[in-house]
Amino acid sequence: MNAVLAVIRRDLLLAMRRKSEVLTALFFFVIVTSLFPLGIGPEPALLKKIAPGVLWVAALLATMLGLQRMFAADHADGTLEQMVLSPTPLGLLVGGKIAAHWMLSGLPLVLLAPVLGLQFDLDVGALGVLMLALLLGTPLLSLIGAIGAALTLGLRGGGVLLSLLVLPLYVPALIFGAGAVEAHIAGLGAGGHLSLLAALLALAAFFAPWATTAALRIALE
Amino acid sequence: MNNKLIHWFKYASPQSFYPLAGKMIPWFWGLAAAFGVVGLWLSFFVAPTDAQQGEGYRIIFVHVPASWMSMFIYLVLAAWAGLGLALNTRLSGMMASALAPTGALMAFLALWTGAFWGKPMWGTWWVWDARITSELILFFLYLGFIALQAAIDDPRRADKAGAILALVGVVNVPIIYFSVKWWNTLHQGSSVSVGKSSMAVTMLWGMLFMALCFWMYSIAVALMRVRAIILEREAHTEWVKELNEVKS
Repeated sequence: MNAVLAVIRRDLLLAMRRKSEVLTALFFFVIVTSLFPLGIGPEPALLKKIAPGVLWVAALLATMLGLQRMFAADHADGTLEQMVLSPTPLGLLVGGKIAAHWMLSGLPLVLLAPVLGLQFDLDVGALGVLMLALLLGTPLLSLIGAIGAALTLGLRGGGVLLSLLVLPLYVPALIFGAGAVEAHIAGLGAGGHLSLLAALLALAAFFAPWATTAALRIALE
Repeated sequence: MNNKLIHWFKYASPQSFYPLAGKMIPWFWGLAAAFGVVGLWLSFFVAPTDAQQGEGYRIIFVHVPASWMSMFIYLVLAAWAGLGLALNTRLSGMMASALAPTGALMAFLALWTGAFWGKPMWGTWWVWDARITSELILFFLYLGFIALQAAIDDPRRADKAGAILALVGVVNVPIIYFSVKWWNTLHQGSSVSVGKSSMAVTMLWGMLFMALCFWMYSIAVALMRVRAIILEREAHTEWVKELNEVKS
């Protein structure tokens, strides 16, 4: 467990030393969501309707930005090989890296989303559901994304390829995440969607580090 | 005693599988042609005109087999991929990459014929319906698999990375299917189910024969493609250089 915490601490520290990368993804999220009203028009009813989808799609894309860097630097300087050789199971260390990625790319989105939701005329209840859905959904994005990041490690055109691999797998998260907010707005209650999102998160938390580990071992062969 | 058994693992080696595939290909082409002739005859001349949809419904005989095959090929692909990871056989990875283009083709065909069918029946080329959407996502999964393998130069790594992606995909396909199903559903209910079927019996037979035709076609082209992959990857070996078709 100490090793996992050390990995998380190290990744957070590295990110804090180079804040621009984290902030770029955040500003990307803000800018993309702000572009939609400009493209679609300022009618509050329409904006309120598209808000969950827009915020979720923007969150997916913003998470994608940081994915490629999840293992790239460690691969380049040999840290990854040391992790593979270390006595701590690689799956745990990978779990730590995924957790750090979520804290840097997912958590800020969760905290920022209500502010952006206000631009789309969402009420307080909907904002709460949106935050909760993102809180459950963004770790899922980091977990699934880690598999793609490990598979495309060190490949030509890795970034575009990564989005081609990962975005179709994000579909359930998008549907249930945006669906939760929509169901709340429609007065149906978001419980079902949130439960499914949590179930997917549990499933991914179990399998994704394992698949990522297998992919990393192949990449390092 | 053991001598009487067929040594299946013998054919896990590209060298012994290459001639076997060569011998099997004409048979599968023949079966595909035979099933195709019967299937087309049943679907165009025997099957009755649909009461609601008129003659236009006959595209079902291409549409349904193509979508069945697109899903089935993904399962087979994932099975080969898993076998390759578990047993570390080279041929399994080659089979998986040989199947992917055919699967993508079938998914595309299913979407395309579906659009042609949807226009006269529903009055629209495209709807965001559960089955159509999951077929589209399946198509994307195929493209991702092909793109990942194409991006990796080392064939062994390409096989293994592709295998992991295929296995992750196969876990995800049902999740994606049910998530889009709950999201939206307009598609006509499944016309074929075991026990009770809402279709005329001849229609069902026509569809089954067409499905068999597509199946045999898929096997035949996958075997042809795997032969090409074997030649490419084993080009440095003696036995490939000795082959008649390579020497000439």
